[in-house]
Amino acid sequence: MNLIELNDPEYFQELYAATMPESARPVPSYGIEDPLRGLVPGEVEVREGAPKQRLLRYLRREILPTTFCVGCGGGTVLNTFTHAIDEMKIDPREMVCVTGIGCSSWIPSPYFLCDTLHTTHGRAIAFALGVKVMKPEMKVIIIAGDGDLAGIGGNHLIHAARRNIDLSVFLVNNFIYGMTGGQVSPTTPFGVRTTTTPYRNVEHPFKIADVVAAAGGSYVARWTTYHPFQLMESMQAAIRKQGFSFIEIMSQCPVSYGKTTGMREGIDILKYLRDASVNVDDAKGMSEEELEGKIVIGKLAERRRTEFCDGLRRLNQERRQALAAEFGVGAESGR
Amino acid sequence: MSKPPENAALTNRYLEKLAAKAHFIQGDEAAALGAIFAGCDFFGGYPITPASEVAEVMARELPATGGYYVQLEDELASISAVVGAAWAGARAMTATSGPGFSLMQENIGYACMTETPCVVVDVQRSGPSTGQATLAAQGDVMQARWGTHGDHEIIALAPASGQECFDLMIRCFDLAEEYRTPVIFLMDGEIGHLRERVVLPHPDEIERFPRRKAVAGQDVFGGEMVPPMLEFGDGGFVHVTGSTHKANGMRDVQTQAVHDRLVRRLVAKIESARERIAMVEVDAEDNATVAVLAYGATARPARGAVLGARRAGRRVSFVRPITIWPFPIRAVRDACRGLRRLLVPEMNLGQLAREVERHVDCEVVPISRIGGVIHSSRELYAEIEKAVS
Repeated sequence: MNLIELNDPEYFQELYAATMPESARPVPSYGIEDPLRGLVPGEVEVREGAPKQRLLRYLRREILPTTFCVGCGGGTVLNTFTHAIDEMKIDPREMVCVTGIGCSSWIPSPYFLCDTLHTTHGRAIAFALGVKVMKPEMKVIIIAGDGDLAGIGGNHLIHAARRNIDLSVFLVNNFIYGMTGGQVSPTTPFGVRTTTTPYRNVEHPFKIADVVAAAGGSYVARWTTYHPFQLMESMQAAIRKQGFSFIEIMSQCPVSYGKTTGMREGIDILKYLRDASVNVDDAKGMSEEELEGKIVIGKLAERRRTEFCDGLRRLNQERRQALAAEFGVGAESGR
Repeated sequence: MSKPPENAALTNRYLEKLAAKAHFIQGDEAAALGAIFAGCDFFGGYPITPASEVAEVMARELPATGGYYVQLEDELASISAVVGAAWAGARAMTATSGPGFSLMQENIGYACMTETPCVVVDVQRSGPSTGQATLAAQGDVMQARWGTHGDHEIIALAPASGQECFDLMIRCFDLAEEYRTPVIFLMDGEIGHLRERVVLPHPDEIERFPRRKAVAGQDVFGGEMVPPMLEFGDGGFVHVTGSTHKANGMRDVQTQAVHDRLVRRLVAKIESARERIAMVEVDAEDNATVAVLAYGATARPARGAVLGARRAGRRVSFVRPITIWPFPIRAVRDACRGLRRLLVPEMNLGQLAREVERHVDCEVVPISRIGGVIHSSRELYAEIEKAVS
């Protein structure tokens, strides 16, 4: 039963039934299929008969356009995320996007057409925990900003990583509180001017992905909006990973971050992200001084640990089986 | 998407086993068992005196009934997880005391605004701040009513015995579903830690108010006084937001009429059901000129004092609101008709007395006691003596 119909329901029906003609099937519209290497970023592939703007079917079209400012990185993240979901053939009816307060929280909510839970400031991960525990078969994805997840909600972030609950958290780090007009955030670089550090920022920023890796995250990566292809693959790995997965996405806010740092165009910050980025493998050979001011990109951690909801379920199963034996009734396969 | 089939017979057998036992337990434990019998299947909490026993019993019992206990990192997370779980289909609850209740207030407002059924137990302790952490009080009466910001209505019940902790807990879950709202179970440290005999009913005797689900074409956030709900995974693409929203859930924070219609309905759905939600115990004495109105733990010495005064030939009535919010105006007004004085003992500086004063015609005499020591029957008896003379 759909209260709101899927956009283009036949598309999804055919997609999941695998009866879709090859020409209409979702193809990477931004890359080329290499026979040896698979999908590689490159020229946009145009295929005869393939529908244009086909990712629109994943969005709540009636509320478009988005509220993002010109040059904002939010659109890139939404585009990348939608591509990732499309390629993974995840049924949007099996997804919940949970967000907090801030511009970045608007990336999936309300634009992405799935169940969306737009919560209070900082609490997205805590709300998502309740959803995931009750609906472990659903993909629960959190997209929110640095102020929301690393600032006011930082405690929930590290504890979710510690528990290793199967959530995919995409933290969009634009170095600033953008929605409220450019106040210093826990990820604003040292020495930078903002509206609440009008002389300079005297605090040191979090390297928040490193914090999550240390707290026990099962998959932790950092990318930037300058690297959408790598980011998309990373998002897919994060969603696929059983356990707490986290990507810090360095993004641009030319309006609120740009106005006090002089990078007033989106492209200015994108160039900064490009120039400051250092691949994680290259970073291994660099000293702390050399890495000062750099953004280490790539996969920072991957490990296997018991997933939280799985642990809860196994515990219930054991208890229920013991009771079933005691009462002589059949136990269920576990809930 | 539906849950895997659950063996209801197994749960029932377990509850039968629990019901067959004689229980001599604390109010906290009785409340937790009430939640289990009410079908609670998600508890998110954080330890705090004097509410920790609720969490301990839930952690012990939930795995047996197929539910989930999660201890969160703080009370902010507890209430958040509860609301998330409710939207994922759970009958969800948390339990805390004053300081934790304060931390939960923002998201209790979120639950009001998003019309999320859930139960919040507040075992009140002496405040403000850390106050007397291990000692009881009734200082959260107004926090329960007005703790979260903005206009709203709330439902709050106050038990006065272990048995009521069990029985009213089930009622809390039903009210939450019926009105799609958070319900506050306003216990206090005395009742929470008081050990009493509690009789559990056979599980078949308990009828649960079912969650009403929306069907195609129905709005989830408007269209009727209490709209039907949807849960995540139903395929309804529900959008839940604490921002002002239209009947279809979509945000509209600019249109005055949208906010007005939404918030007035949220208030009216509870306000208009005031008399249906009202539970008041009245023990009226003919031609009484004085009555004692008390709730929660304070009702116990108050009743003792009333009975003592009657033995001494005094004509005294006894009124005990079980529903605190929405305040049971008609029942209290009826019970107090013709009185000269109404004594209102409370373990606070007169929080409910002020509300009572608005609704009755007689003189209201608050008898305030703070500091973690409950009124004695003897001193309340002396107050009755003073009032009748």
